[in-house]
Amino acid sequence: MIDFADNFFDLFGLPPRYRVDDASLERAYRALQSQVHPDRFAGGTDAERRAALQSSARVNEAYRALKDPVLRAQHVLSLQGIEALAETDTSLPLDFLEQQLERREAADDAAAAGDVRTLSALVDAIVSEARDREALLAAALDDAHAYADARTQVRELTFLRKLAADIGAMQDALDD
Amino acid sequence: MALFQIAEPGEAPLPHAFKRAIGIDLGTTNSLVATVRNGLAVVLPDEEGRPLVPSIVRYRPDGAIDVGYAAMAHQADDPQNTIVSVKRMMGRGLADLADDRRFPYRFHDTPGMVRIGTRAGVKSPVEISADLLRALRARGEASLGGPVDGAVVTVPAYFDDAQRQATKDAAKLAGLPILRLLNEPTAAAVAYGLDNASEGVYAVYDLGGGTFDISILRLTRGVFEVLATNGDSALGGDDFDHRVFCWIIEAAGLPPLSPADARLLLVKSRDAKEMLTGHDAAPLIATLSTGGKVDLTLTKDIFTEITRNLVAKTLPPLKRALRDAGVAPADVNGVVLVGGATRMPQVRRAVAEFFGQPPLTNLNPDEVVALGAAIQANKLAGNREGDDDWLLLDVIPLSLGLETMGGLAERIVPRNSTIPVARSQEFTTYRDGQTAMAIHVVQGERERVADCRSLARFELRGIPPMTAGAARIRVTFEVDADGLLAVSAREQTTGIEAAVTVKPSYGLSDDEISRMLEDSFAHAEDDMKARALAEVQVEADQIVAATRAALATDGDLLEERERAAIDAAVDAVIARRAGADHVALRSAVEALNRATGEFAGRRMDRSVRAALAGKRVDAVL
Repeated sequence: MIDFADNFFDLFGLPPRYRVDDASLERAYRALQSQVHPDRFAGGTDAERRAALQSSARVNEAYRALKDPVLRAQHVLSLQGIEALAETDTSLPLDFLEQQLERREAADDAAAAGDVRTLSALVDAIVSEARDREALLAAALDDAHAYADARTQVRELTFLRKLAADIGAMQDALDD
Repeated sequence: MALFQIAEPGEAPLPHAFKRAIGIDLGTTNSLVATVRNGLAVVLPDEEGRPLVPSIVRYRPDGAIDVGYAAMAHQADDPQNTIVSVKRMMGRGLADLADDRRFPYRFHDTPGMVRIGTRAGVKSPVEISADLLRALRARGEASLGGPVDGAVVTVPAYFDDAQRQATKDAAKLAGLPILRLLNEPTAAAVAYGLDNASEGVYAVYDLGGGTFDISILRLTRGVFEVLATNGDSALGGDDFDHRVFCWIIEAAGLPPLSPADARLLLVKSRDAKEMLTGHDAAPLIATLSTGGKVDLTLTKDIFTEITRNLVAKTLPPLKRALRDAGVAPADVNGVVLVGGATRMPQVRRAVAEFFGQPPLTNLNPDEVVALGAAIQANKLAGNREGDDDWLLLDVIPLSLGLETMGGLAERIVPRNSTIPVARSQEFTTYRDGQTAMAIHVVQGERERVADCRSLARFELRGIPPMTAGAARIRVTFEVDADGLLAVSAREQTTGIEAAVTVKPSYGLSDDEISRMLEDSFAHAEDDMKARALAEVQVEADQIVAATRAALATDGDLLEERERAAIDAAVDAVIARRAGADHVALRSAVEALNRATGEFAGRRMDRSVRAALAGKRVDAVL
């Protein structure tokens, strides 16, 4: 099996920064997949097909980790030896939690009432808040190197993402 | 001047020799086989020029098997031995087929997959599908003038793991060397996208005979990337026929029908449905075995009304797919219609209304999937011409996870993850001294395990006794490019390996498949041995040629000792290649495969580095 370094930026030949150039990342991803994708080895030996499956899966995971803003921040932090989502410290600011609790209650009420519009407005609000926070994250990681702040941002973003996914599931359920 | 290459005597055939490759669209109602000829994908017709093969298998009183039109002719007079729509039963138990009791078959409620009693014995849907695939293979071989070297078989994108595995098993049983299972909408996108040099975001709306898929793809130069897929693997043109059938029964006030009469009216229903695509009304006239007569007229308006909620059922999957893809209906550059059922005007209207644009109809919705499969088969078999290369990045349609305490499903690979994918999660024990762990693999979007599809159960044993919560069991889910899952589990903390890999167990075991294969050759055991030998000889030649080529280009990656081991394994294959013992040759081939595993990994690593070498310059901005 390929021994990729745990540094996904290296795998894609990119500088290890939070701000990535999407076009370069995508180009590198495609160049790698066109080398290792199982479709290239469909007529190959068992050993080749096995190696292609593992390498291609690994490239997909690395791509996901760099493409996704929250996972990418986690990866930048982990290269600094910081585990953003460590179970030993799961605290979040109280005002943040209160705000999310309100959102969740609003979503529960909207779902119970079949109010699709409110659900979609809640998701939009969360998505736009997440985007603002990503800009802060970029400044904290790449400019200020304020890793403790960045870590809190990552945890809050992860929380927001889970909330958005839960509301998405409510939307799915109302579609039927 | 070009020089001809001549192989050394006894050397494997040239690796670049042209391969006979076919694409098969194994449909609920109709199937097709296509190939690429002179750079152009074409559907292979029968002697009478008919491109479709009705997906119908009949087990005749004389022991012969009819497939296609010949079987179709008897669906009303021999309904219990003439199997239609077998695709709906693939990977499904009797309980799953609640809506499909309308079929006049003698179902057997066997564990895993349902089986059907016929005069030729009890048949699983896998065996019946294999009979269909054999006929399609034969058509391909007749047209290509020799055995098929590789085939791509399409499946609905929304097929779950059980349905995919069942399809692959059927292909194996039919003796098809299968290169890939390809999702139907993706196949259509390949045929359409390459033909029209399309770029942008496309939606493929595929309403077939028994399945519905919606895929959202992004097409950019040379890459077909599926962003999201959704659907309903039990919704299709069949259901529209059935609505008409129910309407006839009610309108004509008919008593319960015999299987033959039911089949007759279903056929009439389908004819009427097809007629209404171009007409405002269709006559429904039939004489039943009881002497009763049906004489009705189905108008377009009534048809639209009685099928309204079927069309509506396709909309929630559309919304979910777009939401998962992060795409608004207005961002879609084009909507491609696939499947015969998309000819119905009310379906086209609903799609146009949803996307706010008329769908693209400049292709044959019956053929486009088979053509895409043929194009992909041609490429996977190695017949690529010129520089035209492309990459397919597909996804899994349904989340995969495990049962945790309280009967809840813990998601490990979420739906719409790009495949192949490998993902792990750690679990721990909940009792002191616990030495075994039951692992239950499920697929679906619901939180409760009971609402998801159960794929496999297995036990990890030999966990060293520890206090509760101390063990670290790493469970790895691996989904290959066919969308098929393998799960393994390993205890981490002690270094003791207690790992197990399972293939979900609903379908047929490998042993069952080899027994069936043997049965089908039982009348001529020598034939079987000769065939087995021929097959493994081809494989031996391929692997020796591939290994030599790899050694020639990348031999420097090996240490002398490693090189010697591979050379010895090659020599062992060559030595046994001359004999007639297929079992011995098979084991030598497998030994060579094992001996080259590490080498293959290093070569992959090198090609990754080579791919990057050209990228670093522009990456450093």
